[in-house]
Amino acid sequence: MSLTISLNLPRSQFNLQLQTTIPSKGFTGIYGHSGAGKTTLLRAIAGLEKNPNTEIIFNKENWQNDESYFPTQQRKIAYIFQDARLFPHLTVLGNLEFAYRRRFNDNGPSIEKVCEWFNLSALLQQNPQTLSGGEKQLVALARALLSSPQLILMDEPLGSLDKKNKENILSLLENLHKKLSTPVIYVSHDIEEVSRLCDHLIIMERGVINAEGSLIDLSSQLDLSISLEENAAAIIEATIYEHDDEYQLTELRTDEDLPLFVTRIDEVIGNKVRLRIPARDISISLQAANDSSILNILPATIDAIEKNETSRLLVRLKIGKQALLARLTKKSVTRLQLSPNKQVYAQIKTVALLSECVETKT
Amino acid sequence: MISPEDFLAVTLTLKLAAITTVILLLLSTPLAWWLANTRTRIKPILEAIVALPLVLPPTVLGFYLLLAFSPQSPFGQFWLSVSGQSLAFTFNALVIASVIYSLPFVVQPLQAAFEQLSKPLLEAAATMGANKRDQFISIVLPLTKRSFITAASLGFAHTVGEFGVVLMIGGNIPGETQVLSIALYDKVEAMQYAEAHWLAGGLIIFSLVLLAFIYSLNRNHYLSSNRLSSTNTNSSNDRMIK
Repeated sequence: MSLTISLNLPRSQFNLQLQTTIPSKGFTGIYGHSGAGKTTLLRAIAGLEKNPNTEIIFNKENWQNDESYFPTQQRKIAYIFQDARLFPHLTVLGNLEFAYRRRFNDNGPSIEKVCEWFNLSALLQQNPQTLSGGEKQLVALARALLSSPQLILMDEPLGSLDKKNKENILSLLENLHKKLSTPVIYVSHDIEEVSRLCDHLIIMERGVINAEGSLIDLSSQLDLSISLEENAAAIIEATIYEHDDEYQLTELRTDEDLPLFVTRIDEVIGNKVRLRIPARDISISLQAANDSSILNILPATIDAIEKNETSRLLVRLKIGKQALLARLTKKSVTRLQLSPNKQVYAQIKTVALLSECVETKT
Repeated sequence: MISPEDFLAVTLTLKLAAITTVILLLLSTPLAWWLANTRTRIKPILEAIVALPLVLPPTVLGFYLLLAFSPQSPFGQFWLSVSGQSLAFTFNALVIASVIYSLPFVVQPLQAAFEQLSKPLLEAAATMGANKRDQFISIVLPLTKRSFITAASLGFAHTVGEFGVVLMIGGNIPGETQVLSIALYDKVEAMQYAEAHWLAGGLIIFSLVLLAFIYSLNRNHYLSSNRLSSTNTNSSNDRMIK
């Protein structure tokens, strides 16, 4: 069960040249800056671009090679465009019915179910022109699910939305992630969206794949474009362990049973959550400080130190099997004589819960 | 009042215009679709050929059609061998001539509509499993409905108003080729001005009503498409801001 793609397209500025296999479950993010070739790749998967030198195989089904070509309508996919592309001559309900009448199989959700998920019931009789940007995108999402596709492609679905609408749809997508068994390929240039939604990540740069792998592994690499950015952050997973009502905190435990505190969140004990820890919010000390105001201090091992000539260096820390990034000054690295395998303590100033995106200063 | 002979001319004209319009719609829809989507280099030449009847004097068209319809020409011979009848000076000849004469009036509005049609919507329909035929029926037709009505009305009205071509190839046979405009010409020649007024005035009112109808459609269309395009501009702005 997988999607195998091989592309070789000359483009005006660079060649789009890649070969990859995407797992056909969960959310796979395709991340990269504008113009990296993400949309072209997605359109090729959808069959919207009939280019030569393209090979696409989905679950052993040959979608495209030099001899054969499955047109879009036979690939049984759904595509969510940045501009919702609702049919202007149909009402919201008409748009939903358009997809539902042509659905690829009967296992998918009903119109009533999807309207309930996305809270669309009040909009059904409206014309698409009267909807706000966020509402349009919700209808487009609902319409895509009603097709009962075997693969959902999303091309910057939140790209043209304001912050509030974006947040709303992001949390719906997160819920969908839990409910839905259909694989999703999610194109975005926003690392936060990708970090919140995706399990698997493909990083593209100028038409080629720069790195691919699990989101958590990639988030703590030193040499990737995402870690070079000012807001570089590692992503780790932890389990809800206990709620502390007196101090309004929630205690989480990492895989190695190390405690982490965040401000109280409404998650069920035992649930796994994703945390985002920005590199600039981690400092390092050689002894566990008992007199610090910082709550989250974890024992760690230095794994690697970035080599460059600037005043600040990125340091990769291992906490059990997971890794964190810390951005330190070169002066501190020298003064503390940091080197790989050295035991240190990571003092974590902020931990952001990704699934709710509550930033907690402790 | 209108004499039975004039009435015959009126019904013949309407019949000719109706048949011509139906044939034109069937012919022009694929032609206009192809012209709107083709990337061939000879597109300007093909568009010029379609537009020729707009600029040529109808007598030029009539002259060559007359030659083509005569039993001596290959086309005339072919028609004679297939149908057993000569083509010249028959109702069928008028239909063929009218189709050619009114072609640009139907092809051009349809081509313009197809060119403006949002291709992204068709892509969206394809991702939902709609094949080309389904896309045409459920997306293209409803979105270009007004242009179809405009094209049909213009084709119909223009066929009703034709004179020169009919005069050249149809002659003046009551019930067969004597259409309204020819009957009117006869009246004026014979100084029967009262009857001429009935026909001429009637034609003016008919044409006025039809054109007013078309323009009212276009006005509504203009308003709604304006609204659509302004929302489009907004979204492209959004993208730039982002």
